[in-house]
Amino acid sequence: MKDPRQRPEISFIRFTRERFRASMEEVYKITMFGLRFFRYVFRPPYEFAEVRKHLDNLGSKSIPLLTIVGLIMGLILALQSRPTLDRFGAGGFLPAMISLTIVRELGPVITALIVAGRVSSGIGAEVGSMRVTEQIDALEVSAVDPYNFLVVTRVLACMIILPLLTAYVDFLAIFGGFLAEYINGNSSFMLYFTEVVQSLQFYDILPGVGKTIAFGYIIGVIGAYQGFNTSRGTEGVGRAATSAVVLASLNIIFLDMVIIQLTFLFLGPGV
Amino acid sequence: MTTESNILIDVEQVWKAFDDHEVLKGITLRVQEGSSDVILGRSGIGKSVLLKSIVGLLTPERGSIHITGKQVIGMKTRELNILRKSIGYVFQYAALYDSLTVRENLEFPLRKHSDASEEEITDRVLEQLRLVGLEDAIDKMPSELSGGMKKRIGLARAIIKRPKIVLYDEPTAGLDPITAREISQLILNLEEQFGITSITVTHDLECARIIANQIYILDDGVFQHSGTYEELKASSDPYTRAFFQVAA
Repeated sequence: MKDPRQRPEISFIRFTRERFRASMEEVYKITMFGLRFFRYVFRPPYEFAEVRKHLDNLGSKSIPLLTIVGLIMGLILALQSRPTLDRFGAGGFLPAMISLTIVRELGPVITALIVAGRVSSGIGAEVGSMRVTEQIDALEVSAVDPYNFLVVTRVLACMIILPLLTAYVDFLAIFGGFLAEYINGNSSFMLYFTEVVQSLQFYDILPGVGKTIAFGYIIGVIGAYQGFNTSRGTEGVGRAATSAVVLASLNIIFLDMVIIQLTFLFLGPGV
Repeated sequence: MTTESNILIDVEQVWKAFDDHEVLKGITLRVQEGSSDVILGRSGIGKSVLLKSIVGLLTPERGSIHITGKQVIGMKTRELNILRKSIGYVFQYAALYDSLTVRENLEFPLRKHSDASEEEITDRVLEQLRLVGLEDAIDKMPSELSGGMKKRIGLARAIIKRPKIVLYDEPTAGLDPITAREISQLILNLEEQFGITSITVTHDLECARIIANQIYILDDGVFQHSGTYEELKASSDPYTRAFFQVAA
């Protein structure tokens, strides 16, 4: 008979193999969970009231944080870039550089990462606590589909709100860049914003907006998945919230890289 | 008299395991229309698993569960949802939606599954709150309620659609003896008033004494004994005797 005082020894190779297999299973489950969204989203009942509630919860409550981050991001970008551009006699390109950097890349990614930190963890914790307190079971026995009611509504709200929040952050960051330039006496309002508007093309804005919709989907799906599969009481709720942030952030960075490569592939690196 | 036609819930040889741990080992239960059956047993013995299997929240590996003649195991979600509209479920910790007020919690089943007008919904909510004696709590959040109040609201929500069947999962767990007795009495009154057929899982003998027509003692995955409260109290079986003695 096995001695209960002896802890089982697991070899490094076996441990790695088991972790890898578990990770792959998790990826498969999250993918399947996320794909269900497309099956449900066009099917009644439509929970418009819930979507509206989440838009308010997820969106308006993120605005104070995003306002500060957006402004400071633009300020820092301008302050850090000005000396380098001046060294090459390219100081006049600063408004164009800031607007392109913000609209194409920093705005969508930073907004998504901040919203992932605030919203994905919130969804994970909220849905997770509903799971451990049997509220999801209560929905099910009330003949309400919990996936439709809890997941579809939140994912949809994230997909709608993220492009709007990104546009808001883009504007504030560009304005923050202007503030830095104006305070240091390098530019006027008219000159700065004329440069900004002239430098931005339709194809700079389109991928930026497109990827924020995908980021919103990731934030919603991963948060809801972690919450939906919470077990082991309050400890599990904490873990769901943490995992939601980590996984959503990783996936945002990874997806951003893929989208950049695809954009370069189909539209060329100059775009 | 028990006949095939008046059996509302028919559980036949149900087996359920979690990984290697078998919880239900061929359990059989028949509940007649209008009857209030109680399942007694120690904590973690599988009472809630049986209840959740009956309502389709868990899927047993083997056996059959018929409610009003319809097989629950393997039933499509759409059909299961239609069946669930005639079943109320009271959860162990009430499972009130904590982002909604008491009023919204009670309105929820009506808004989802009825064409009732705003006025009708409000009237029904007020009626339910009167029945459970909590009219003043209508605009409170679940976090502002005591354990006993939550149970009452959970009960009110479960019966707001006037279901034929109600399943109670530990309705008195975690309550002081006086509140527990009040809840048990309330269950009895509501069942008599609305002609409810019910299954209650509990380890509270006083609750069983008040509400049960028939009591089943669950141990080791099957019902070891059954009978009325008085019959079981007089039983010579050591496990049943121990159960009644410890509880006393």
